[in-house]
Amino acid sequence: MIDVINLNKKFGKLEVLKNISITIDEGEKVAIIGPSGSGKSTFLRCLNCMEDPTSGSIIFNGVDIADMRVNINIHRRHMGMVFQQFNLFNNKTVIDNIMLAPVHIGLSELRKKKLQNIVIKFSNIFRKNKKDLHVIDTSKAQIKKEAKENAMRLLERIGLEDKANVYPSTLSGGQKQRIAIIRALAMNPKVMLFDEPTSALDPEMVGEVLELIKQVADEGMTMVIVTHEMGFAKEVATRVCFMDEGNIIEDAPPEELFGNPKHERLKLFLSKVLS
Amino acid sequence: MGSFEKKIEVFWDVFYHHNGYDKVITGLQNTLMIAVIGLIIGIIIGTIIAIIEVFPKYKRLPRVLNSICQVYVGLFRGTPIVVQLLIAYYVVMPLLGVNVPPVNVCIVVFGLNSGAYVSEIMRGGINSVDPGQLEAGRALGLSYSVSMIKIVVPQAIKNILPTLGNEFISLIKETSVVSFVGATDLYVAFNYIGSNNYEFMVPYIVMALIYIVLVMGISLLIKLMERSLQKSDRRN
Repeated sequence: MIDVINLNKKFGKLEVLKNISITIDEGEKVAIIGPSGSGKSTFLRCLNCMEDPTSGSIIFNGVDIADMRVNINIHRRHMGMVFQQFNLFNNKTVIDNIMLAPVHIGLSELRKKKLQNIVIKFSNIFRKNKKDLHVIDTSKAQIKKEAKENAMRLLERIGLEDKANVYPSTLSGGQKQRIAIIRALAMNPKVMLFDEPTSALDPEMVGEVLELIKQVADEGMTMVIVTHEMGFAKEVATRVCFMDEGNIIEDAPPEELFGNPKHERLKLFLSKVLS
Repeated sequence: MGSFEKKIEVFWDVFYHHNGYDKVITGLQNTLMIAVIGLIIGIIIGTIIAIIEVFPKYKRLPRVLNSICQVYVGLFRGTPIVVQLLIAYYVVMPLLGVNVPPVNVCIVVFGLNSGAYVSEIMRGGINSVDPGQLEAGRALGLSYSVSMIKIVVPQAIKNILPTLGNEFISLIKETSVVSFVGATDLYVAFNYIGSNNYEFMVPYIVMALIYIVLVMGISLLIKLMERSLQKSDRRN
């Protein structure tokens, strides 16, 4: 599903990612672990081009999204992303946070279709074999209604439907992060990217967020998770990558990687975090 | 003090019985119109410039636009508004061969002028918003400009509202120079009343009072707006 080929990333002279190649198949849950400064987050952010790779390609759905000529916005709609700092929109209520992107994208596609229809109608005057119009089977009101229903369904799923009309500043960290996750899910993404989703949370809230991520994983979502929660990586991931100094040093199923680490660096890392 | 009462009487006579209030109302209208529409134009121009200035500049187009904006800001911040008014009215208009009422010229010039100032205020406001907000919008597949307009700019405006209020207040007071190009504002109205019988003391005091009341009203309005915009910060 995602093919990363010879990915390099430099910040000025600092080489953060060195020639990374990895293939992530549909349905896989890849956990990325490693010491801080190893480039885990940068790697994840390169996957949806939040950081533009210096060189290399990222093939997603058959398109090289690292190419600057590609309209990245269209592809990002299929890649949900969850941040360490939640990043809920502070000026919008919870339900507006979830509805904003689906409604905006739905409406702009509707506008585009209507505009194209006008052009086709006009050009059909001069055409011999008439071109068909786009079928418009939806309306502004319907797009908004569907987005709202979908958002409420997602909120009910995490049991926060009574928080629909409050602003994010009134929520706890765990609630914010769970809403950030369903905000990404509202776009029906094909893959979810998690950038240390529990690192900014109070310890007692980590559980509820991990529980939701696990549910999403069990539904068959393809996931890439940068995490420091080794237990969670063991439990949920089908594959764990250990990164150090901009390279993926070891890439194996969790039992093997945690049970029988091959590289010295990984052994050292595990002895520190697991003790 | 007897003479002061006399002066008030004279003023009241011109103001009330000789249609002085007509002029004052026109003047007040013009003053407010120039300031309000000027500020709206200023906010629109300022926001566009600020977005261009914070736009990542890998490509040529944003760089070119950015330098154009910098020239614009430099020109309008570097010259007094009176000079800009005079140039617009006596240089630009004849060159273009158009004939526009002076009030409209004033609105445009005040709009362009405040655009230059608002752009810097707005840039500060945009920089004060957590970059994660923009990232979250982009990660959902919204374009740069849509994430800016829907997410970042509203939060920026909330942060810069007190400064924008300052800008509005100074715009209102600066409108007192529009008489240079023959537009009627509060100053022209009270000058007219005073010159009827060369008693300027009372008219100018009343003029000052009207400005003070205007500014106080605006400050109150801004306070109210701030309060309603801050509902997203409250914790219940």
